[in-house]
Amino acid sequence: MDFVNQLQRKFIDYSSSLHREGIVDDQFTQLRKLEDENSPHFVMEVASLFFEDCEKLINNMAIALEQKQGVDFKQIEECIHQLKGSSSSIGAMRVKNACIAFRSFSGAQNREGCLRCLQQLSHEYSLLKNKLQTLFRVSVASRCLYVCLVIFCRENEHAEPFPDVLVFQLEKQIVAAGGSIPRVH
Amino acid sequence: VVIYAAGSGDVSDLTAPSSIDLRSVSLLDSDHSLAQVSLFDSVVSEMARNGGVAWMRTTEKIDGYDLSTSDTEEVHVLAVDDSLVDRKVIERLLRISSCKVTAVDSGRRALQYLGLDEEIQKKETNGFDGLKVDLIITDYCMPGMTGYELLKKVKESSAFREIPVVIMSSENVIARIDRCLEEGAEDFIVKPVKLSDVKRIIDYTTTELREGEQREGARAKRRGINKRKQREGDDDLSSSPPSTLSSSTSSSPSSSIQSATAPSSPSTLDSPTRRLKMTSSE
Repeated sequence: MDFVNQLQRKFIDYSSSLHREGIVDDQFTQLRKLEDENSPHFVMEVASLFFEDCEKLINNMAIALEQKQGVDFKQIEECIHQLKGSSSSIGAMRVKNACIAFRSFSGAQNREGCLRCLQQLSHEYSLLKNKLQTLFRVSVASRCLYVCLVIFCRENEHAEPFPDVLVFQLEKQIVAAGGSIPRVH
Repeated sequence: VVIYAAGSGDVSDLTAPSSIDLRSVSLLDSDHSLAQVSLFDSVVSEMARNGGVAWMRTTEKIDGYDLSTSDTEEVHVLAVDDSLVDRKVIERLLRISSCKVTAVDSGRRALQYLGLDEEIQKKETNGFDGLKVDLIITDYCMPGMTGYELLKKVKESSAFREIPVVIMSSENVIARIDRCLEEGAEDFIVKPVKLSDVKRIIDYTTTELREGEQREGARAKRRGINKRKQREGDDDLSSSPPSTLSSSTSSSPSSSIQSATAPSSPSTLDSPTRRLKMTSSE
């Protein structure tokens, strides 16, 4: 029982901290609502694509800023534009804001400023990635535990039943983290 | 955690509902890596979807198709966006709104799909010829051909000009919106795209499909209304969605007037552009 309580607390805390710290915004919540039993991993899949995109673009910008012959600020602006777009679509608010700040330095063709911005951007990206991966891990583990419990309950009709409240708690925390409850009936 | 069920059926054959016997379910301990946990979850979801055990299904859904829509034909949407993340999001939004979706990554590919590309004849595209496109939704800023250029090409073609085209853009620039509407765009969505945006567009696309004959007249009227509003200099745009944080003038060549960042209610179904069109007809 205590284990489930701990898991539930961790879940809810994590979910709200992401929003409280501005790491994700309402668009992220909107995307979580698009998950259902037919597409239970949608947000995870989009996030993976975003991480790949982000890493590639950050890398490209780092290389561009290293060019001794002269920095191609146009290319950097293009990268920023792409990253701002995708971070906005996934609800990665701090990454998006870092892009906006970055844009003004690249517009001013300020290499030093750009290097600082890129560092900030990398930092925000790492933070987002760690937090989201943790959230996904806890989310999937909860869903598995939930399904196992329900299957166990069903297959052990004559055994001591798990308290309903246990299953209910798990349901609550899955929903609290914005996920969908697997249909088991 | 890996779970497997032994039974009379092959565990990989999830379409044989009665043959999976859960009494011999075993749990194997394994590294709790994300991938493996996801695999388990996917298997369970797959079983749920294919009726591996007696999963309850919602009465409206059979095999993933939502039968609650009044039209038996699904709206087929061609989505165009160079960003993979955005494509995935718009695809999901459209699928959840009961649409068939074809997503491509460029204006060029969109034209190829429609059969409008001069260089590739329609008969050479892979077998999609039978699928009629009911709506095109495209990003504005794309390398190569912009969404605006795609819009123009579609509206110039006699075969496809009737297809409604919706433009999406991360920049809320009035001049850009007007330009697109004048060229015949049905609507303009400011990114990030939400489910309410998509639902609104599908709703009136479905309505327009049913009111086929009136469409041409209605659109011509709206274009007229929009042009008139421009000349009158009506600036009642406070109901537009909030513009992006920083000034977008860096990307807009003309000195466009930004709309006031009055917070608009996201629950309103009317798009700002439709409100524009509506007010002058009242």
